[in-house]
Amino acid sequence: MKRFIGFIKKEFYHIFRDRRSLFILFGMPIAQILLFGFAITNEINNVDIAILDHSKDATTEEIINKISASKYFTINQMIAREADIETAFKKGKIKAVLNFEKDFSKNLIKEQKATIQIITDATDPNTANSITNYINAILQNYQQSKNKGIVVEYQIIPQTRMVYNPELKSVFMFVPGVMTIILMLVSAMMTSISITREKELGTMEILLVSPLKPFQVIIGKVVPYIFLSVINAAVIVLLSIFIFKMPVQGSLFLLGAESVLFIITSLALGILISTIAETQQSAMMISLMGLMLPVILLSGFIFPITSMAAPLQIISHIIPAKWFIIIIKGIMLKGVGMAYIWKETLILIGMTIFFIGLSVKKYKIRLE
Amino acid sequence: MKKENVIVAEELTKAFGDFKAVNAISFEVKKGEIFGFLGANGAGKTTAMKMLIGISKPSSGKAKVAGFDVYTQTESIKKNIGYMSQKFALYDDLTVKENITFFGGIYGLSRAKIKEKREQLISELGLEGISNKLVGSLPLGWKQKLSFSVSLIHEPKIVFLDEPTGGVDPITRRQFWEMIYKAADQGTTIFVTTHYMDEAEYCDRVSIMVEGKIEALDTPKKLKEQFKVASMNDVFLKLARNIEL
Amino acid sequence: MGISLSNISKSYKKVKAVQDISFDVNPGELFGLIGPDGAGKTTIFRILTTLLIPDDGTASVAGFDVVKDYKAIRNSVGYMPGRFSLYQDLTVEENLTFFATIFGTTIEENYDLIEDIYVQIEPFKDRRAGKLSGGMKQKLALCCALIHKPKVLFLDEPTTGVDPVSRKEFWEMLKRLQKKGITILVSTPYMDEAALCDRIALIQDGEILEIDTPEAIVNKFPKTIYNVGADNMYKLIQTLKGYKHLYSVFPFGEFVHYTDKRDSFETAELKSYLENAGLIDISIDATQPNIEDAFMELAK
Repeated sequence: MKRFIGFIKKEFYHIFRDRRSLFILFGMPIAQILLFGFAITNEINNVDIAILDHSKDATTEEIINKISASKYFTINQMIAREADIETAFKKGKIKAVLNFEKDFSKNLIKEQKATIQIITDATDPNTANSITNYINAILQNYQQSKNKGIVVEYQIIPQTRMVYNPELKSVFMFVPGVMTIILMLVSAMMTSISITREKELGTMEILLVSPLKPFQVIIGKVVPYIFLSVINAAVIVLLSIFIFKMPVQGSLFLLGAESVLFIITSLALGILISTIAETQQSAMMISLMGLMLPVILLSGFIFPITSMAAPLQIISHIIPAKWFIIIIKGIMLKGVGMAYIWKETLILIGMTIFFIGLSVKKYKIRLE
Repeated sequence: MKKENVIVAEELTKAFGDFKAVNAISFEVKKGEIFGFLGANGAGKTTAMKMLIGISKPSSGKAKVAGFDVYTQTESIKKNIGYMSQKFALYDDLTVKENITFFGGIYGLSRAKIKEKREQLISELGLEGISNKLVGSLPLGWKQKLSFSVSLIHEPKIVFLDEPTGGVDPITRRQFWEMIYKAADQGTTIFVTTHYMDEAEYCDRVSIMVEGKIEALDTPKKLKEQFKVASMNDVFLKLARNIEL
Repeated sequence: MGISLSNISKSYKKVKAVQDISFDVNPGELFGLIGPDGAGKTTIFRILTTLLIPDDGTASVAGFDVVKDYKAIRNSVGYMPGRFSLYQDLTVEENLTFFATIFGTTIEENYDLIEDIYVQIEPFKDRRAGKLSGGMKQKLALCCALIHKPKVLFLDEPTTGVDPVSRKEFWEMLKRLQKKGITILVSTPYMDEAALCDRIALIQDGEILEIDTPEAIVNKFPKTIYNVGADNMYKLIQTLKGYKHLYSVFPFGEFVHYTDKRDSFETAELKSYLENAGLIDISIDATQPNIEDAFMELAK
């Protein structure tokens, strides 16, 4: 055990004395989060919208006035028929259409609920999402002022429909994606580099010719990065909550546990890479090409999986990041518990065991 | 007949801040001479050589290499010298022929001249059978001999050799020295930097640098007599130890 | 408790690294493996330190088989690989502490063994290993290899790239370690270091040329060697190569080493031959052969 602690201590010296690795470890997560966060602006201003009012009664007029009075929206045109919605969008000026159902007021009074459909142009999904949120806020505000003092509450139910990009990505979607990339990068690339560095320096020869067991070397390499990756994950989540006001709906504990699982998956991949690569440079290349690119392109982080070609969809199944993104999306955005993500979790566990098994098998106790 | 000087250094100095890596060294090297430039790692050999080959500007002092000034005529110097180091010599992933052609090309040799040189070189080294093989697949000794020949391809006045024979077997090493003797006999000046003292034994004259200064400069024979020892290695040990005291 | 190899062969893909190597190192002996780069020295070290499995043959270190008992060997040997394998970003002291820890010991416990080496680098103990000179790196690497009191010490080219003063000091240290009962196998491409070993094996292209004490190897040299000198070295060699009685001629520092086909001959005859060729300042003196002469003769 003393040997092992001595080994881990040495690993921390390496990490804290190398400015480059320190930057990758801590500078990059923060930089990426801030970059993604601020590049995706959710401020909207004077957005042109169109109205299709089937009801044309006092309530709809009030709501329309309230919306047009806000600085966020300008009512560009009134549409008479459903068929004209498409034409209105195609002209490109308007970003959303509000569609009031027939007998809006009547329904509201009689059945205590009425429906507005919000149709948005989701070719720019972030704006689309913001528009929806703003309109919802205005509607809620209106309801609250109306319900004051009235015993029976009534509801306006907005139905949102996104056109042109059914798989909407939320403004907050980048957080799970970035977190996945960072954890993958830190865990897999940094471990594989640190193991191959010992090979390059020749110190691996001495470690092999020592009473230290191979698995102790591996675990010793991995422990510091588990620790650092957990800190990283926490930093990312905290940044998202406090700077971007991102709500974390689900259990933080579950989020942490799933992150640790994914970190271990990535570490196992890193070890696997280091058994193949002989130099730091090739370890880095394999990590970047073999792990980062698939994570960015095929995990559903940027391009929705459902809109990929069939072969790519199949490939995406073997990418651990895909499953992790589903899991943390679920926890962070939908607030689901284990009951909803046990399948993905099991897949990740399976993959981890497979990778660890493979690296143990491939790990050489000698030089060949 | 007194031979002309091809390298003249006077009070040549290179300072990094307060530290004088090369401290006012003066020496001359004659045409066709094999000059050994010795010293331990960090004694200032490499810094001095970089000034002579025109890739580092001296802090003070004067030096002329092949008749050109090291401050103002570095481009002319580079055209008139050859360089071979143990670390970088040839491209392992090019064939023997491709390497020769490439290096002939960078020195601006005409196509016909390159062809002539290439054939001459391959036959001199006895590489006919393997001229289309990758250099990486050749034994170390062959690589070094080829690399030396390539450094002579543009018929330079001076060739700088950086630890040329470290690690090769004794026979190859001697074949290598025979090549050096031949080049020197034909009038090429050979400037050898090394910290292997047995390489020093082969030089016409040697200088020994210790902490930025030239502490000894003479023929190996006279230096051995002066220090009353049997080998250059012992000369060096005496010099270095005296400095320490 | 020594080292024993019998009929060891090892190839990498198509290249034969070592072929049918056999030798024994006695307990407490300082044994040198002498040969140029690429001769197979490192392969032999890696087989003995259990890092490679031989294709053929058997070997043992301190009584343990290098394949079966690799764990026992790893516990009891010290190994200093070719490049001084130190952690460049750790200080001198941290490096030493680390290696002590992984071998389950402490610096204090075995300080007596490394003391006279360590005191030389102790003034720099807070300096990072990457910033040390070649000689100091070499001393630190040796301390690290010794810190667990190994019975057998493997040193692969410990003096390559190190200045003559450090080289001399290093050999003095090896002699002192040998007195403490440690068996030492050392490799070097420098023929002049052969004389410092108890026994040596000359090795080239993966095969052993000769095994014996340095004196015996030199004494076996079959010819009388003459130091021949003249004003023009190139011309001298070329002229000698044209001499009908020539057996061999090799440049050797300021002279050439000449051997004759005949068992005995008059040096005056050779001198006049050289004079006729236009050489001046001719000197011809019989001299003692050295390890390099022997190596070249054997490698022929």
